[in-house]
Amino acid sequence: MKPVYVDNNATTRVAPEVFAAMEPYFCEMYGNPSSMHSVGGTIGPKLKAARKQVADLIGAQPDEIIFTSCGTESDNTAVHAALTADPARRHIVTSRVEHPAIGSLAGSLSKQGYRITEIPVDGDGCLDMKLLEESLTPDTALTSIMWANNETGVIFPVEKIAAMCRQRGITFHTDAVQAVGKIPINLALSHIDMLSLSGHKLHAPKGVGALYVRKGTKFSPFMIGGHQEKGRRAGTENVPGIIALGKACELAGANLEKENTIVKSLRDRLESELIRLIPEAKVNGTVKARTPNTSNISFANIEGESILLMLNEFGICASSGSACTSGSLEPSHVMRAMGVPFTMAHGSIRFSLSIYNTEEDIERIIKELPPIVKRLRELSPFT
Amino acid sequence: MWEYTDKVKKHFLQPSNVGEIENPDGIGDVGSLSCGDALRLTFKLDENEKIIDAKVKTFGCASAIASGSALTEMMIGKTVTEAEEISNQQIADYLGGLPKEKMHCSVMGQEALEKAIACYRGTTIEEKEGELVCECFGVTDLEIIRAVQENNLKTIEEVTNFTKAGGGCERCHGDIAKILLEVQHQPQPEEKQPQLSNIQKMRLIEETIEREIRPSLQLDGGDIELIDIIGNRVIVATRGACSACKSAPITLKNLVEAKLREFVSPDLVVEEVSK
Repeated sequence: MKPVYVDNNATTRVAPEVFAAMEPYFCEMYGNPSSMHSVGGTIGPKLKAARKQVADLIGAQPDEIIFTSCGTESDNTAVHAALTADPARRHIVTSRVEHPAIGSLAGSLSKQGYRITEIPVDGDGCLDMKLLEESLTPDTALTSIMWANNETGVIFPVEKIAAMCRQRGITFHTDAVQAVGKIPINLALSHIDMLSLSGHKLHAPKGVGALYVRKGTKFSPFMIGGHQEKGRRAGTENVPGIIALGKACELAGANLEKENTIVKSLRDRLESELIRLIPEAKVNGTVKARTPNTSNISFANIEGESILLMLNEFGICASSGSACTSGSLEPSHVMRAMGVPFTMAHGSIRFSLSIYNTEEDIERIIKELPPIVKRLRELSPFT
Repeated sequence: MWEYTDKVKKHFLQPSNVGEIENPDGIGDVGSLSCGDALRLTFKLDENEKIIDAKVKTFGCASAIASGSALTEMMIGKTVTEAEEISNQQIADYLGGLPKEKMHCSVMGQEALEKAIACYRGTTIEEKEGELVCECFGVTDLEIIRAVQENNLKTIEEVTNFTKAGGGCERCHGDIAKILLEVQHQPQPEEKQPQLSNIQKMRLIEETIEREIRPSLQLDGGDIELIDIIGNRVIVATRGACSACKSAPITLKNLVEAKLREFVSPDLVVEEVSK
């Protein structure tokens, strides 16, 4: 049975075109771009081209792109750079629904004496913008707010927040790992100072990411060593990964419209049918501003891990914000921050689509999920 | 993804004895929606207190559903007294083992059984006895102490795996650490001393006198001689300076008896042979 893969916010399939583009860089063009010979020397221009491909997708200049190993490294680098640039300021503004790459980092910084303000969200997953604005003080070194939430797909008004920060001379960073390639991004028209993106969320392989740093932003490197990336990120370049990321960004640009029409309509059909067919089901996160590929639905009185494992029996791969799936004992911090009641939070399922999903995929989920929910509710003492 | 055994998968995908018995002889409810898992167990007895039917309804993850299913299979056919002996570890073993983070599912099964039996007997298990330690999951100190003792838990992580306590905000980790220390430092039930044969006892007493007692007596020009051993009575005679010393009885108590109790057996009594 061919799997129906709807867990693309976790990771994506490497696009065949991307794989083809990176393949020669393992056994043929394996040189180190720093080398003074032709095996290495031919690599430099290829990296330059990849840098431009990434920059083009987000409306940046190529020299504003630093290649990293992943989204988490990009986030850590950005926070480190902002705090080092202005060591007198000891306050950071972020949100309660960030990915752990920012959330746990903020927790760790708070132990080092930084003051952290985590902006709450409402029941729809939207930021309290008034509180955010009030939280910006002369002591604020950095505001870091994700562009789109990984669990709900809810999009935050980061361009507006960036403008607010710019007015007050505060550095603004966004973790855009879930947004890049799904919604149009033009950094040339924004006040965003730094942006993180990750390869494996957009059909490049794992192990490569990028950090955008606006020209003129004070920067200090996180990885210290060689002169790679103009001294901004030491370490021999992950050449095949960077080539792959470049190709994936080019494809993402070309597929952006598809993402917002075809993928979106598949997502919308899946969501509306599940809500129609399954009683006591509710969409988590505002439908007004969401990435086109993500749908997070809660099914009352049943538990997410059970749903996932039963879906898996039909080859359907999704994910859940339930406690049991993560190994923690509490539902996801995003569900809790949104105030989703426990009856619903434990039974939340995230479907995240990609351009590789088909109508048949969606029909299979619509056919198989309602009986699974019914069955688990029959097992449950609460129904 | 969890590494579930085939047995867990089977009991999850096709659980046995799902449902609720009407007019049951015993009913046990544990867990809650907020905790993420819950279980209702009902059973029916014949005239000999043998469990002839058991049914379960479970809300929770695969291992919770499997634990409920396994529990019903294990208890049917047993008398209430026999069923009472089922432990959480046996439930886990019946399933071919559970991931350590999921042991609390088997604990929940055992608690439901305990409650259902208490319900049948008309005794009630005091709801949440003890002092609340973990506010996130409503776990008391008594529940933690019991899990620590029964499963020989050593770390906070293990306590969380078995009871859920400490799995939320983690504010109670200090309290759990304290409980672990207290339980670990409780005097272990006295290890039964290996029974010594009379000859072994005699030899040991002689050796102890020779090694631990005689040298210090001889420093003062005294000595003792072992005369007889009757049960736990050790009869000695004082020699040399000791025989004339007024504090000889104190020496016998504080030195001789103390050393023999320490090295041979704590119930020994030293007596001086009547002169």
